[in-house]
Amino acid sequence: MAHDAPGAHDGEGPRLPSARGPVSASVAEYLRGTGAPPGSQDVAGAPVYGDDLQLALYLCYELHYRGFAGVPEALEWDPDLLRVRAALEHRFLTALRADVPVHDSVDDALADLLVEPVDGTGVSHHLSAEGELWQVREYAAQRSLYHLKEADPHAWVLPRLWGRAKSGMAAVEFDEYGGGRTDRIHARLFADLMADLGLDTTYGHYLDEGAAEALATVNLMSLLGLHRALRGALVGHFAAVEITSSPASRRLAEAMRRTGAGPAAEHFYDEHVEADAVHEQVVRHDVIGGLLAEEPHLAPDVAFGIDVTGYLEDRFADRLLGAWRAGRTSLHTPPRSEIPLSS
Amino acid sequence: MPKSPSDEPRRIKVQRQGPVLVEGPVEVELEDGTIVVSDRFRVALCTCRRSRRYPWCDTSHRDRTKDR
Repeated sequence: MAHDAPGAHDGEGPRLPSARGPVSASVAEYLRGTGAPPGSQDVAGAPVYGDDLQLALYLCYELHYRGFAGVPEALEWDPDLLRVRAALEHRFLTALRADVPVHDSVDDALADLLVEPVDGTGVSHHLSAEGELWQVREYAAQRSLYHLKEADPHAWVLPRLWGRAKSGMAAVEFDEYGGGRTDRIHARLFADLMADLGLDTTYGHYLDEGAAEALATVNLMSLLGLHRALRGALVGHFAAVEITSSPASRRLAEAMRRTGAGPAAEHFYDEHVEADAVHEQVVRHDVIGGLLAEEPHLAPDVAFGIDVTGYLEDRFADRLLGAWRAGRTSLHTPPRSEIPLSS
Repeated sequence: MPKSPSDEPRRIKVQRQGPVLVEGPVEVELEDGTIVVSDRFRVALCTCRRSRRYPWCDTSHRDRTKDR
């Protein structure tokens, strides 16, 4: 299989992507050892949901997963880089807290997710009804930034949970990691889907193509996973992903069948229809229920985690559908003027 | 001697709306005698009969509109 080919296990990590502005350029140069980290004025001036800030934050976070080729592993805990990461996180989280309308209660937030309208208009609806193969490939390439590390950002919450919440979360994660079977690890099933679509299955390969809106969805998981203080939001986020996944996966499986993507591509989403119908139940009853029984004061954060996930997913959907309706690519393509002008 | 897990009654969780939850693995015998197997740690069995992956839940029981 393609991801078993030499080099596909990317022991050295993916190569650093191209910068998208002064902040991401400085972070990349600092990682290479050729420059200073970005200054606070650059961090303060970058649009918070834009390419430059989201890529810079993504670069900081990736050191906690697999790092980058040629970047020393020790930089994961470099105080100067952590200071930059904290400044970027502060801007991101402050914007989300201000911009995302949050339900008054966890039950209300969940109730809205548990309605499955007949006339939905999201990306999975579009792809199942009329998606073209090139759109399916663009979707998979950008989703690979998460799916090739599927469940990893959520594993960080395990030491921060107790009792029922911990055992429920661990059981779902075990399922995500293939239930002890290497060939069933969901990240591996996604690599098989990518191979069916003729995409490169190497971890991190499509970072340059990821739209800012795609990077933001992954940055959210890393943000919530890496901070114990945000464990309530992480649990809410995970619940939102699991609850919305099953019906969306059914539509995406239809899209794979209709576009002739291939058997592994169909299998990835078929597996998620069934798996996530179970995960949803465990996450709602045991993980959220268990967490709030222990720590009821986290309820507003759980609701925030649910709603912020929908907010960033909607932004990504708007990016995809807006581009496709106009007949354009949804991928990040650097405009000529985007070459960083900083010294 | 501790009891082996097979001596313990298997707990099944039922709810007003949604699937029956059973500890896996399970074998399910369908009406026509077919046996289907799931080795998931927990298995969600469809009770609304709307699932397209019957007997497994595929969340088809969900409401289509907010007001019930």
